[in-house]
This record gives sequence, structure tokens and C-alpha cells, in this order.
Amino acid sequence: MREAVRKIRVQCKINGRAMTIEAYPMARLLDVLREQAGLTGTKEGCGEGECGACSIELDGELVNSCLVPAAQADGASILTIEGVADGVRLSTLQQAFLTHGGAQCGICTPGMILAALNLLARHAQPTESEIREGLAGNLCRCTGYSKIFESVVEACRAMGQRA
Amino acid sequence: MEERQIGKSVPRKEGREKVTGGARYVDDLTFPEMIHGVTVRSSAARGRILGIHFEEGIPWDEFTIVTAKDIPGKNCVALLIEDQPCLADEAVNHPEEAVVLLAHPDKYLLEEARKAVRIEIEPLPAVFTIEESLSRKQVIWGEDNIFKALQVEKGDLDSAWDGAAFIVEGEYETGAQEQLYIEPQGMIARASPAEGVTVWGSLQCPYYVHKALVRLFGLPKERVRVVQTETGGGFGGKEEYPSMIAGHAALLAWKSGKPVKIIYDRAEDMAATTKRHPSRTRHRTGVTPEGKLLAMEIDFTLDGGAYETLSPVVLSRGTIHAAGPYQCPNVRIRSRAIATNAPPHGAFRGFGAPQSVFALERHLDRVASAVGLAPEELRRRNFIREGQTLSVGQVIRERVDMNKLLERALEMSAYHAKRKRFAEENARGAIKRGIGFASFLHGAGFTGSGEEYLASEAMVRVTRDGMVEVLAGSTEMGQGTNTIFGQIAAEALGLECERVEILQPDTSLVPNSGPTVASRTAMIVGKLVETAALAVKKSLADSGFLKAGYGAKEFGNASRQYIEQFGALGSLVKYQHPKDLRWDDGKYQGDAYGAYAWAVYVAEVSVDVRTAEIRIEDFVAVQEVGKVINPVLAAGQIEGGVAQGIGFALYEDVVWQEGRMVNGQMTNYIMPTSMDVPVIRVHFEEIPYERGPAGAKGIGELPLDGTAPAIANAISHATGADIRQIPITPEKLMEMLESVNA
Amino acid sequence: MRSYLAGYEMEVPRDLAGTLERLAREPGVWKAFAGGTDLMVLLEAGKLPHRRFLSIWKLRELRGIEVTPRHVTLGALTTYSDVRNQEVLEREFPLLCRAAAETGSIATQNRGTIGGNIANASPAADSPPALLVYDTELELVSVHGTRWLPYQGFWKGYKQIDLRGDELIRGIRVAREKSEWMQFYRKVGTRRAQAISKVCFAGAARLEAGRIADVRIALGSVAPTGLRATETEKLLQGEKPAPAVVRAAQETLAREIAPINDMRSTAQYRLRVAQNLLAEFCERMAA
Repeated sequence: MREAVRKIRVQCKINGRAMTIEAYPMARLLDVLREQAGLTGTKEGCGEGECGACSIELDGELVNSCLVPAAQADGASILTIEGVADGVRLSTLQQAFLTHGGAQCGICTPGMILAALNLLARHAQPTESEIREGLAGNLCRCTGYSKIFESVVEACRAMGQRA
Repeated sequence: MEERQIGKSVPRKEGREKVTGGARYVDDLTFPEMIHGVTVRSSAARGRILGIHFEEGIPWDEFTIVTAKDIPGKNCVALLIEDQPCLADEAVNHPEEAVVLLAHPDKYLLEEARKAVRIEIEPLPAVFTIEESLSRKQVIWGEDNIFKALQVEKGDLDSAWDGAAFIVEGEYETGAQEQLYIEPQGMIARASPAEGVTVWGSLQCPYYVHKALVRLFGLPKERVRVVQTETGGGFGGKEEYPSMIAGHAALLAWKSGKPVKIIYDRAEDMAATTKRHPSRTRHRTGVTPEGKLLAMEIDFTLDGGAYETLSPVVLSRGTIHAAGPYQCPNVRIRSRAIATNAPPHGAFRGFGAPQSVFALERHLDRVASAVGLAPEELRRRNFIREGQTLSVGQVIRERVDMNKLLERALEMSAYHAKRKRFAEENARGAIKRGIGFASFLHGAGFTGSGEEYLASEAMVRVTRDGMVEVLAGSTEMGQGTNTIFGQIAAEALGLECERVEILQPDTSLVPNSGPTVASRTAMIVGKLVETAALAVKKSLADSGFLKAGYGAKEFGNASRQYIEQFGALGSLVKYQHPKDLRWDDGKYQGDAYGAYAWAVYVAEVSVDVRTAEIRIEDFVAVQEVGKVINPVLAAGQIEGGVAQGIGFALYEDVVWQEGRMVNGQMTNYIMPTSMDVPVIRVHFEEIPYERGPAGAKGIGELPLDGTAPAIANAISHATGADIRQIPITPEKLMEMLESVNA
Repeated sequence: MRSYLAGYEMEVPRDLAGTLERLAREPGVWKAFAGGTDLMVLLEAGKLPHRRFLSIWKLRELRGIEVTPRHVTLGALTTYSDVRNQEVLEREFPLLCRAAAETGSIATQNRGTIGGNIANASPAADSPPALLVYDTELELVSVHGTRWLPYQGFWKGYKQIDLRGDELIRGIRVAREKSEWMQFYRKVGTRRAQAISKVCFAGAARLEAGRIADVRIALGSVAPTGLRATETEKLLQGEKPAPAVVRAAQETLAREIAPINDMRSTAQYRLRVAQNLLAEFCERMAA
């Protein structure tokens, strides 16, 4: 049996809250969030960076948390699905997902919302093709993507942006 | 009276939890003292287990180890029959067959331990294809490798050929398809001789799992409890397989005395669990000079993998759908499900029909061409009408107008104009365009006497504070069960949907409503919910506590008074099979399904002949489905189903090597991304079905039947390639293009 | 997750000097770890042979895109997103920008780096054909100093590069000389997004009076490494891209590449597509 490596202390900000977490240096950030931080909203769908169910924002950038080692999360600012709503007030995007059927089984939804938020932050007025590309890293097996786009388009409209 | 809930796009009941990350799927749950479990699997396709060796370097005394010897009841996964072991004992019959279970608190150490278990197997010759299985060089199951064989006879086929002006033959194949729910399979179990067995997990059919655990442990029914957690997609892949993983988790819990969680990673899920049955269909069709169907001879074979599981039922649906929504006086369908040494194939949305419908709709385009008719004209001359009979002898007693659906679909897709334009434009340039369609039907509910056999139940109950509860074993997995049950009950009771709560499917709480499969949940179980809700309303009205014109407040007061006086307010309804639906299982004839959805789908494609890449440019889905209960949810079902159908047609290729799927990663098993799916244009026609709740029929599986053949016909139109097989990969198409041009 | 986490070490050196010192002291022991988009996949599959990693993700010395009149120099940690957002690259190095846009998803592009891609040396990678067409140079750095190498030749074989145990890729440099050339990039993958390449074609040509004065052609996924099709280039040099010339070039290309059958595609398909993309490239020249 290999010798156990020492766990490290990861200090980061998650959804605005400072947290100190102990983890193995190569533990996946996905597992650190779900297990040590108790934030189970971020999901594992593939473990290979293909499905996007584990999408979060790391220092403002959309990343697949299953591909980030804990050691690289030290000092980082992280946004997960739990940080998207403002307390009980849903964000415009989440509200649009509700009214427009953007979520069916819901397992891809947290990652999809993070990806959509990130898209809207980068493109003030996304075209349909920019929306498709922005979400191409998030696989959904239930919706065929149609109502996800409609939800994003609706969110743009509600936020006063042209889509 | 105007409907207040039905026909409205009421937001998803559990939607808020899903968009905030609050929904709890099985891997989100932890229990005190919970440990983790993994499965050690066979690498051989077939063989005798000679021994199990535990290598050095692992602290084995810390582990719970379970083999077949530890099974308290019968070593089987009880389903239609009991041929499939829960853990392989003396022999293995497919790669990835489960042999040993391990549990430990450290899930990483568990992985190391899994690698350190060596299963010594003496290999036996194995069978991997339909041809090999039918040849019976090796008999790997039963007497003859055949799980089930069926025969449908209508008219006098053998004499009919003489009258045929054209006879067209063809052979068609479909490959396996992985359900690829984004949430992998998972279970948590607590079990002990004192407490019995409880499992929580991702599943579609709590009572299937219940039955299997009762048998595995030899326990009385009341000592086994199954709870469905929020389920991240199923599509049939979580119909029967969860009984296996639940059994495994429970066996480890039983032996360790601790709660055990087993979660598959994607690689294990893809390699070890069920897939859509691969198929081979042979058609021989005789038509009159005017293109009227005279004789249809169909030979339909499904590859069932190593154990029977649900193959007879998949075969049944595939067989009954094999001759389509057409009138043909003479039909023979001979079909069989056969065994190979692959992990057993199982339920996947469509359940045999996508396979046989692909063959039929591709074949009919070729028949049209042989006769010199446009594909749509051939269909028009043969669409079944009310009063005519399907191949199994079912008289169509519902209103159906396939011509109207066809016209609508062709109009929405600008089919005729495009057919003409593409024929001209395709002469130039590297991009060839095509447009094609498929016309089809899909029966809702269990076949024949299946619903009678299931004897499903559902309950509606009111609490002291006037909240309505729906108790049913039907599960939510994204398709909208919770929401539509809420709408149905609310409509029947004259309340808002917020007043209705759907209880979590828990076999200790809810009745057995049958499995959440077969496009039956809205039509069959929804009807039970509606009936129960109406019975509750009648009880209240009859008691005098509830007066006409009541609102929510009055309903609450009346309920409270009723319960104070009578103790409880509720209604449990059991399914009553309509007396006028008769099915003969021996002759395979009669009323196969209570109702059908009818559809025409049109696909427009472009093919870049330099790379043989195919792009779906436009997709139109027109269907008649009875009353649409929730437009957004219903459209979502069609759109999602079409996307899966696009995968089935073009991308989802299971690469097999000696019975094992070798491309079991999302990088290598390709499902469509948002860039691969076009806007899908959905149109519903509604002819209310009097036996459905508010007139609804079933729609869940429908889109899987017509999508792939519409695409295949479009590609054929675009390139002249005579498609016979799906998935139509660029590699295969490139080869065909080169021979078309040669 | 199929690796025993307690057996994997990652340290985060504070600066490049410290990193190089570590590599020099214990050569072959430590592996540089940038964005992790390749290495973490291996870890999760239980197939990562290395055990000790130096996280270089935050090393400023390896970041940044520098533009001079003759060159653009990209730090090894330049991500695909960085490439896509850089104006000069967008204008003058479209092949590299296309490659970046075709790599994985937005999330992958935010973490995948040019240096990591070069170090991973996968024959199916999307950037190498573009880098080969641009006659890219690599800067390698160690405690002993820096050395510059052409990228062509650095890639020695399947997953093998000419990187010493104590070296790091510091950056790449491309000359701005081809900005006026006609440029063509096409990746044929398993689907339209997030796809592994089956064939990848990058080409650039300088045309004079309808003749090919100079040309570069590079392909991915048709050999154990990214491949410069030098024989095909030689044949095309000085010619007009007429049908007979294109056919001859296609035949030469067939001899230069070595496509295989694997679980994603077939040798026959890859060959045909490579030839067709070559023809498409030539057609565009003629247009």
C-alpha cells in the first residue's frame, strides 16, 4: 500500500463565504464541494469533463470542477448553484427555467445554469448560435435543449438584453 | 366547463428544487455510519468460475466481502423469470457480470481493493451475434438460445403473393443504444435480519425492486421497503436494472450491519448495465399495381444479451408495431428474442418499436420507389382508418386521420418545395440536402392483458388541513409525473395545483401503480388519480359538508369536518380493464393497446459529401396524442425524445469487442450536444380519448419510433444511399457514397 | 473516481525559479500540472502513471501574450480562451483561433493551455496542425537556461516529446509573416461540439498570379504525431491548383499519412477525408 500523502488546507471563498477545507491535494474540487463543503448541488455525470454537470465558476471562469485538483482551489473564489439565488429570491435565469421548462430530470440543471450565467456575463446580447455554443459543454439527455434555449432567451429578454 | 388546470403549462412541481441545487439525488444523501460498496465483475464473456483470489496489499479484514454464498433467499434478480443471478456463482455468462461485492468506509481504498480481486475463470466458447446465436453452434441459454418467439398471422399470406405486381425485400439493422441518463445508477441500503431491507435510490419502478428484494432475501413483503430518490433520468435504463444494484447494496448492508451506498461511475454504468436491444428485421412486401399493400411478411429478431430480463415484452411491442399504421389484408410476423453473451439488453424508451419501425419506414420508402410512387403517396394509399384492422386484428375504434397529420407535417416542413429545390441544387456543390419522413403509431399502456395483470392502484387522500395528497407508485424522472398528477387531481377537485402534494414513491406508503414505463403514466395511472379525486369530491358532496360553488377555504373546512366525523377522507382506486378490450395471448391477436398516439415526423438533412458528415437542419414532429395536459411538459417530451432519436440515428454507436462495450466513456460514446440538435418544431393534434384523464393518451416513447427512419429517409433522398442500418455514421455513409458514385 | 487519492502529491511552487529548481533536483520525479484537463481525466480513470505534481497554474512567468512587429509570443499557460480573445491572433493567426474554438467546451478552453497541449502530445489534438503550419518555435527552460526549438521535430513519436526531465515549456513563438496568406482549417470530429478529432487539416498558402508560391499543410489524427505533409507541399509548390495537380497531391498525401482504425473511426474514412479536405483547401485557393 502506498504511503498516505498529507492532506492540505484549502482556503477559498465559496458563494461569498470564506471556508477552510482539508483535503488531499489531488482530490477533485467537485468532491470537496459536495462532501467537505456540503454543497451537493454540483453533480457528477461523467468524471471526464465531458458532460458539464459539475460546472462551477472558479475565479470568474466557467470550469468543470471534476477536473480541478483541490490544491489549485486554494485562494480561489468559487460560485456554485447554491450561490446563484439571492436567498429565497430566484435569479431571473432560474425563474425563466421554471416558466419555460428548462429543467426536466434536473441533474444537468445546476451546471447548465452556471454555464448560462457565464454566457450572459460574457455576451451582453447573445445570438442563438452563441447560446448554443456557450452551452455546448453541458449535455442534457431529457430536453433536446429546446426549452433550455427558450429559458435563456427569456432570461435575456427579462434582463433587458436582446437575444 | 372551462378547464382551469388541464391544458395549462403549470410550472414543474419540483422545479424550484431543481433550479437551485436543492433536489436530492441518491449520491447527495449520506446516512450515519454509511460505508461504500463496489462490484467486482467478470472480464470473460462466458466461463466457469474456478476461484476468487484476494491479492496482497489490501487490509482485507477491514472489508465486507459478499459472494453468492451470502445470499439469504434465492440468488436471482426476480423479474419475468428468475434466470439471472444477482451474483454469479459457478459460471459467468457475460462480461461485467457481478461476482463479488466489497464494502469499506474509504471509497478510494475500495477502488484499490476492487483491482486486487482476481476472478479465475475457465473460458467457454461464447456467442456474440444474432447469426451465431441462431446457428446454435453454442447453446448458451435454455434449449435453443431463444428467450421468446412470437407469430402474428392475418389473412392468408401464402396465397397473397400471386396478386402482387411488385415484391420488395430488404434487411434492416439497428445497433445497441445506451440510455445515458446523466445521473448514473446508485442505491443506498440498510438491511439486517432484525429490521428487514430498505433501499433508497435512482429508479423508475419501486415495486419491481421490492419484488426482487423479497425474493433475494426470502423476506415477507412488509419487511422490505423501497424509496425512490430524485432520479436524474431513466428512459427505461432504470426500469429493471435498479433491482440488481439494490440487491447488491442490500447484501452488503445485511452482512456489514451498516448502511451501504453504491454509486456507479460512468464507465461502469455504460459497460455493465442494460442497453436497447440490437435488431435485425427482414421485410418482404407485395403491393398491387396501384401501390396498395397486399402482403407483408416480416421477420424480426432482437438480441437480448445473456439473460431473459424483459426481452419477451420488448419483443412483443416490437412485433405488434412492426407493420405500422397501415391497412394490409395479409400479414405474417415471425419474431424472436435470442441470447448472446453480452450484458443483458433491456428497456429503453420505445421498447422494441424504434427497432421495427425503423425497418418498416425505411422499407416503405423503397417500396414506393419500386412502384414509382412518391413516398407520401404510398402512405396515403395505405393509411389505416377507423374500422379497419391492424396486423394483430385490432379494430381501430378511435378517430384517426393519418392523412391530416401527414398534410400538416409536410406543410410545416415545406416538404414539397424542398424536395423539388434540393433535387436541383444537389447537382452542384459538396453539400447535398434531403428531406424525408416517417409515419407511425405507438400504443400506450401495457400490451394486451398486461394492464389487467398489473392491476394498478392509486390513492387520493385529504389531510385535516385540506391539503390533497396523491399516493402512487409512479415515479418522477423528469417527464412530469408529479406535475400532471397535481393538475389532474386539482382539476377534478376544482382546486389550484398548489393544494395538491404528490407523495414520494415509498413502498411503505404508496400503492403499486405499476411501473413507470410503456407510456402509461398519464393515461392509465393518471386516470386512476382522476377517478380517486372525483370519488373524494363525491364523498364530500354526498356528506353535505361541501356545497356547490366552493372555493379552497370551503374545501378545507368541509374536509376537516368530514375527517372529524368519519376518521379519514380518501379513495383508493384499482384499475378496471375495459370489457371491450380482448387479447388472445396464444394466438397473439386482439386489442393490443387501449389507445394509440399517431404521428408523422419530417427531417431535413444536409450531407457534406467530402466528409459524409450529416447535419439535421430542421425537424418537424406532428402527433395526435389525445388531450395535452401540460403543453410545455408535453413538448419537452417530444423534443427530448427526438434528440435521443437523432443520437440513435447518427451518433450513438456501441463498439463491441467480445461482448464488452469498449467505448464506455462520454468522450467516445457520442450523444448530441446543443450544437447537434436543431430547433425541433412540435405540433399536437388533440382528439380526446374518453378513457384517459381529461382525454389524455400516452406520449413518452412515441418520438423514439419515428425520428431515426425520418432521418434515414432524408439521407437517402439527399445522397441516393440506400440506408439499411443505424447508426448512420459518416464512416458507413462515406463507403456507401463511394459505391453510389462508382 | 478510480485512483487512490492518498497516493498523489501536488505542490504549488511560488515562482518559476523554484519550480525549475525542484525539477533539477529531482528530475523525472515531478510532473508539471497546468490546467489539468488531460491529467485529471487520467486520474479519474485510474490511468495516471505519475504520482507527484508541481502545479504551475499560477506562475506569472508562463502567462501573457506578447506582440512585437515580427512575432507573437504566447506563454505556455495561455489558455484556449486567451487565444480566442486576443485581437492579433484573431486577425493574423485564424488557424490557431479556430483550433482553440474547436477544442472541448468553454469550460475546457478556460483551463486547457497551449503548453499543456504540446506536452500531452496527443495525435488527436486540435492545435498542433495550426502550430505546425505557422512554423512555431518553442522556448524550453530549465535551471541551465533556455533553448529554442522548432516545434516540428520536437514531437518525436506517439506521446513522446523532446523535453528533458528538468525542463518546462516556457512559451511558443509564431512569426507574423503569413498574415496575408490564404488560410484554411477544418476539423472533422465525432459531432459538432466537444468532439475528438477524426481528421484535422490546417493549411496556408501564398498565391502569386494564381500559382502556389509557398504552402504549408499539417494534419492531426492521421499519424502518431501531428504531421507536416512536406511531400505534398513540395508537389504543390509552384503549381496552379488545377484538378490534375490536386489529384496528384491527394495521391502523395495518401503516402505521407498513416491513419488507423480505432474505436472512433476507420483508416479508410480518415484517408478519404484527409484527401477531400486537401481538395477543399485547393478549391479555396482557386476561388
